Amino acid sequence: MQKLYLLVPLAPLVGALIAGLLGRFIGPVWSHRAAILMVFTSLVASLIIFMDVLEGNVFNGSVYTWLVTGDTKFEIGFLIDQLSATMMVVVSLVSLMVHIYTIGYMHGDPGYQRFFSYISLFTFSMMMLVMSNNFLQLFFGWEAVGLVSYLLIGFWYTRPTAIYANMKAFLVNRVGDFGFLLGIAMVLTYFGTLDYATVFMQAPGIVDEKIELIPGMSWLVITVICILLFIGAMGKSAQFPLHVWLPDSMEGPTPISALIHAATMVTAGIFMVARMSPLFELSDTALSVILVIGGITTLFMALVAVVQNDIKRVVAYSTLSQLGYMTVALGASAYSAAIFHLMTHAFFKAVLFLGAGSVIIAMHHEQNMQKMGGLKSYMPITYWTMFIAALASAGVPGFSGFFSKDAIIEAVHFADIPGVGFAYFCVLTTVFITALYTFRLIFMTFHGQPRMDAHTKEHLHESPWVVTVPLVILAIPTIAAGWFIGPIVFGDYFDNVIHVLPQHNAIEKLGAEFTGIGGMMVHALSTAPFWLSTAGIFTAWYLYSARTDLPGKIKARCGALYTLLDRKYYIDELYSWLFAGGTRALGTVLWKYGDVKLIDGFFVNGAARAVVWTAALVRQCQTGYIYHYAFTMIVGIFVILTLWLY
Amino acid sequence: MLFEFPLLSLIIWLPILFGIAVFATGSDHNAPLARWISLTGSILGFLVAVPLYTSFDSATAAMQFVENHTWFERFNVNYHLGVDGISMPLILLNCFITPLVIVAGWKVIQERVSQYMGAFLIMSGIVNGVFASLDAILFYVFWEASLIPMFLIIGIWGGPNRVYAAIKFFLYTLLGSLLMLIAFIYLYQTSGGSFSIQDYHELAIPLTPQILIFVAFLLAFAVKVPMWPVHTWLPDAHVEAPTGGSVVLAAILLKLGGYGFLRFSLPIAPDASHYLADMMIMLSLIAVVYIGLIALMQADMKKLIAYSSVAHMGFVTLGFFLFNAYGIEGAMVQMISHGFISGAMFLCVGVLYDRLHSRQIADYGGVVNKMPVFSAFFMLFAMANAGLPGTSGFVGEFMVIMGAIKVNFWYAFLAATTLIFGAAYTLWMYKRVIFGAVANPAVEELKDISKREFALLAILAIMVLWFGVYPYPLTEVMHTTVDHLLVHVSNSKL
Repeated sequence: MQKLYLLVPLAPLVGALIAGLLGRFIGPVWSHRAAILMVFTSLVASLIIFMDVLEGNVFNGSVYTWLVTGDTKFEIGFLIDQLSATMMVVVSLVSLMVHIYTIGYMHGDPGYQRFFSYISLFTFSMMMLVMSNNFLQLFFGWEAVGLVSYLLIGFWYTRPTAIYANMKAFLVNRVGDFGFLLGIAMVLTYFGTLDYATVFMQAPGIVDEKIELIPGMSWLVITVICILLFIGAMGKSAQFPLHVWLPDSMEGPTPISALIHAATMVTAGIFMVARMSPLFELSDTALSVILVIGGITTLFMALVAVVQNDIKRVVAYSTLSQLGYMTVALGASAYSAAIFHLMTHAFFKAVLFLGAGSVIIAMHHEQNMQKMGGLKSYMPITYWTMFIAALASAGVPGFSGFFSKDAIIEAVHFADIPGVGFAYFCVLTTVFITALYTFRLIFMTFHGQPRMDAHTKEHLHESPWVVTVPLVILAIPTIAAGWFIGPIVFGDYFDNVIHVLPQHNAIEKLGAEFTGIGGMMVHALSTAPFWLSTAGIFTAWYLYSARTDLPGKIKARCGALYTLLDRKYYIDELYSWLFAGGTRALGTVLWKYGDVKLIDGFFVNGAARAVVWTAALVRQCQTGYIYHYAFTMIVGIFVILTLWLY
Repeated sequence: MLFEFPLLSLIIWLPILFGIAVFATGSDHNAPLARWISLTGSILGFLVAVPLYTSFDSATAAMQFVENHTWFERFNVNYHLGVDGISMPLILLNCFITPLVIVAGWKVIQERVSQYMGAFLIMSGIVNGVFASLDAILFYVFWEASLIPMFLIIGIWGGPNRVYAAIKFFLYTLLGSLLMLIAFIYLYQTSGGSFSIQDYHELAIPLTPQILIFVAFLLAFAVKVPMWPVHTWLPDAHVEAPTGGSVVLAAILLKLGGYGFLRFSLPIAPDASHYLADMMIMLSLIAVVYIGLIALMQADMKKLIAYSSVAHMGFVTLGFFLFNAYGIEGAMVQMISHGFISGAMFLCVGVLYDRLHSRQIADYGGVVNKMPVFSAFFMLFAMANAGLPGTSGFVGEFMVIMGAIKVNFWYAFLAATTLIFGAAYTLWMYKRVIFGAVANPAVEELKDISKREFALLAILAIMVLWFGVYPYPLTEVMHTTVDHLLVHVSNSKL
């Protein structure tokens, strides 16, 4: 079994190396065959491991020693339990589908092999991240997925927007990683190890320890650690105010928007916090922070999605908002619900993105929804799979998203820590908005009159099987994944993995009322979320199918609000002025004045000038006239004699 | 046994003798001969250094491979050599870099080939001498001698402003070292007539002289490292130096300063080291933050990398004065890793410079369209420069940050800003040079790297990845020595 563990990450690595290093020799077909075969191997191994874990065989052990310094041993190792096994299956399944889809989407691209190399490398990195049994390797995977994301956003490197977006993504993530690394350093300082099991075991022991970061203000160590770690999660999982990179990441090819910027990588932060539940549980302050950040992201990013016209950007903002849901769940100590939503979201969001990609191919790389419409009859498979995903996203009972989202909303309702009221308001309101923007996308793209030009319309057709088959396969869990909510969220599935303090246990209260998925659906009919989402779908239908003249009028009436949303609250402008501009200005000042003027100009060259100047002065004495020297000698003798005599 | 065999002498004198032989080939008619002799000499120089690692006993902190012969009996100056876990990796690094530099200059250097190649070989031997000397005067001789070849390399084969840069380099470093000589003479007097560095380690010295000694050493070493604010010679020297010169300067010569702190400042003046630690840490953190910001604004690629070197060396000096194993071992790892990464970065710029004869970022753009293989290597090294985990650039920074937070949270906080600034200046440069559409007709004409260039970059890429994924062997050899040093430094000598 342990060899199988190794196979899960290493197979995609081999695939990446084959496609990347040998790609130009073996050609595109063999490159994608190799990459797909390796990811398939990884999926099969993950499934076998998953079954094994279901039987109760968990594993925690090291592979090799990375470094020994002082009295600390840093190791690379695996922790295989319910949480990592679930993540492994989700990652390898979505990855495999995206690999297959890529054959169609990237067909004929000059960077075809490179693309396969990158997505296989991503799969390797993500596996290392989720399978890790220590903070160090987590950080390795964490940064590695960031690297691949950087490479893939900038995949079309001749586009100025793409190479701007990828640098922005990397740097914003680095801000998060900055906090994350300090968090890891704090863990090492207080626990003397980076091994999860040991840290979690010792964590209750430091609950009362305090640290004075600013003289006079003392904080709980555990709070500082958790907030620093969460800053990392904010970067990777694109939470406000570090969310700015995710919408821009849509510059990358659509398959990776689905794989990396929706289904897997961006959920790394959620996964991390869930993994660290034994730490986060100890700090109510950190949980409150998480709740509020999650709430803000959920609501405000969903609002932006409503005004976007680029089909990918709608889905991107939807991703931000859904990540907000997961974050809120973490803050409410409903870790299992967060992971469950992570899983269902991975499926329905992958379908939405891959479907959007399918539409984009059919539209000859046109992404503006205002130039679409009526695609339903041309692309039935894409339409129906996306429709299912939209239902799941809007939280219609029976579909996967309903179960996971409802669990989160109810958990927040039952939770009792500061900030929970605000978070509850956010998640509840967003149900309406989610349904609205999702179905706005469906109606604008697939229904109504075609608005594209005649040439595009002539060539409209369903995408090839390599594109539609992944859509159909992923549509299955999009419907059905939610049905397992009983054991996964309310049952004992995560019992030994996720730790929740009794006073935080909203999920347990919920679980007491849970009577099966049928009961949950019936119960939902009498609750607010159901009616909110129905209202959202109806509004979308009314505005974007029945009365298509209305959106324009509303836009004209609420100009300021519309502009604010359209400009994404001006956060990008603020950051580029304050951080990018400020840093550059500071750098220039330090360079021109500090280095060039002060150190080099004044001290270094100044010293040289001083030598020259002194020499010039002293040189005056060396006139070469004998009577000058004679006169000086006489004066000298006179002075010495005078001193000597008296 | 190897202990009786004068291995260290061989490591020092073999490259120097080969260097003299290369000089003897004379004019450029014999350039191919000069190149091949140099390559042979540099490779042999590396091969004879390998036993240093394989026969090294990492269980002891004592000096190994010791040779001790009388040199000037009158002043008790000895030809005393030996290595421990601190100097041994640095010697290996030096011997490893030399062949790469020879190969890097293979085609580019067409004038005075024998002198160029010979200078590098002789410098390699001299630098080995610096790392292996256990006698202060011997050390000082090698230390100052190492200036001469580099002075010539910059002054003869450098760019348009080479004379200013060469003299600045020479004077800066020479002035720094003079006080060190005075410190040696003081220590000679105090110790009752010994120039043995190991004797100095055991010498009891009151605090005030300790501080004076520390400051005297500091000037010598801080200039070499270089630490803020005596770093301004480095960007000029790098910009004007030929590629090979930049590589050796960044990869090897800067490490002499770092090594000096570990061999002299800390063990000879431990109380002064503790007393002045806060100042040293502040200077190091300024190097990391201030220089990081300056690097961001550079328009010249070599200057940018030079400034990034200063920032990275800031981690080295920061690590030394944390007085814990993470800090010192991290600093050592950072020195070795910086040797590979900065060497590789300068080679990459050299590859571009050889083709376009410009170091200005603005003259490039869209290089990836024409040089995909080169761009892939450059990406790896850029990421290593930005400290990405999985590359050696991460290991040292990680260890030093871990060490810093044990001392003070804010030290670690400031040091960790390199995560952001390091990525910002490196990737911004990379973006402007490599990505984008082909920027101008000159870029359109670019040809991807040759097999020779590929081999150079591939070797460095392997090292960077190897020590990133598995740094264990590197730290393994230094543990005992570092532990010994830490114990030594924690005992007061007052």
